[in-house]
Amino acid sequence: MHELSIIASIVEIAEAEVEKAGAQRVESIELEIGELAGIEFSALDFAWEVGVSQSVLEGAERHIHRIGGEARCSECENIFDMQALYDPCPKCGSYFSEIIKGKELSVKALTVT
Amino acid sequence: MCGICGCGQPGNAVTIRKIDLKKVNLKKVTPLGAVAPLYHDDHDHHHDHAPTANQVPGKTVLQIEQDILGKNNLLAERNRGFFEAKNILALNLVSSPGSGKTALLERTLADLKNEIPCYVIEGDQQTSNDADRIAATGAEVVQINTGKGCHLEADMVNEAMRQLKPTDGSLLFIENVGNLVCPAMFDLGEGARVVIISVTEGDDKPLKYPDMFHSSQLCIINKIDLLPYVNFSVEKAKEYARRVSHITEFIEVSATTGTGMEKWYAWLKKRRNA
Ligand SMILES: Nc1nc2c(ncn2[C@@H]2O[C@H](COP(=O)(O)OP(=O)(O)OP(=O)(O)O)[C@@H](O)[C@H]2O)c(=O)[nH]1
Ligand SMILES: [Mg+2]
Ligand SMILES: [Zn+2]
Repeated sequence: MHELSIIASIVEIAEAEVEKAGAQRVESIELEIGELAGIEFSALDFAWEVGVSQSVLEGAERHIHRIGGEARCSECENIFDMQALYDPCPKCGSYFSEIIKGKELSVKALTVT
Repeated sequence: MCGICGCGQPGNAVTIRKIDLKKVNLKKVTPLGAVAPLYHDDHDHHHDHAPTANQVPGKTVLQIEQDILGKNNLLAERNRGFFEAKNILALNLVSSPGSGKTALLERTLADLKNEIPCYVIEGDQQTSNDADRIAATGAEVVQINTGKGCHLEADMVNEAMRQLKPTDGSLLFIENVGNLVCPAMFDLGEGARVVIISVTEGDDKPLKYPDMFHSSQLCIINKIDLLPYVNFSVEKAKEYARRVSHITEFIEVSATTGTGMEKWYAWLKKRRNA
């Protein structure tokens, strides 16, 4: 379950920012996660509490902006919603496409006190 | 998530240890003689915990926009730069547990090591079994035990390289933890990612684990000696892999009988001279 090490990275980022700002704790955190980023949202939920315990993120409110997948077909240039990496272009049926949205994985903002 | 200091996750200590070839029973092959000059690059992985004074009263919103994998990606790029500078072809071998990564390497090392200097990094949660198997071929190998970690990360590879000291122009095989999910997200700085499936696993693996196939450049189909006994369509597996990725190269082998291995060696040599 790599979600735990993803959470550990989020904690690391948050701790560094809290320290830089001279704050004590994080009140809320905003994450941006694409649906094609390789994160299992339920696993992230499941591991979150354990992952952030005894860190500046313990008890912090968590907001996740989920970004749907979008791809550009390499054959016909059609831009389409992609739920899974094996979705073909709905216009021409090609499996060759380039992902343009949905790979996001970042900490957007922190509210610290 | 610091693999070196183990500071990220308590109870998840990572250990990285080079196998001492002097203590290994070599399997009839002679060990590589030359060891690279010592690196003067010290362990410079540090933690930015310098205290800052500017106390902010009340609530502050920090718009930071930081890539969660940023630190790993940065270290991976450093590894990549190191490989490029030394003209080392580094391969990240990924598969489900038991697909035959170690068997493929044992065979490859036995066949190639007199021709090309080869080094191996073994990733497993526990034990040095795989590194011991590799060491028995005479190849220099470092075992990384990830503890509870389900994948290798760039900092672990970086530390392993400091112990391994691969020579210029060598081949570096990194056997990732057997897992088709987690290693997909973590760039190690490799020159190419090679996904291995075996015919005993079912031909729909690419559709079930699309991320791993999506991020690989070569797919090796192993254990083809067992094709007569299992219901596995090589054509279907390739078709599915093409749907989720831009993999255009497939090599069918049997690591135990040696069938098809010459195609794999040809690929390695082509890639190495590219
Ligand atoms: N018949 C047959 N068996 C194979 C082949 N390659 C590997 N095996 C067997 O498959 C089993 C697992 O092989 P390993 O090389 O340990 O697999 P691995 O991918 O390194 O496994 P982990 O490191 O545990 O993920 C062993 O019993 C091997 O002998 C092959 O080409 N044909
Ligand atoms: Mg193995
Ligand atoms: Zn199209």
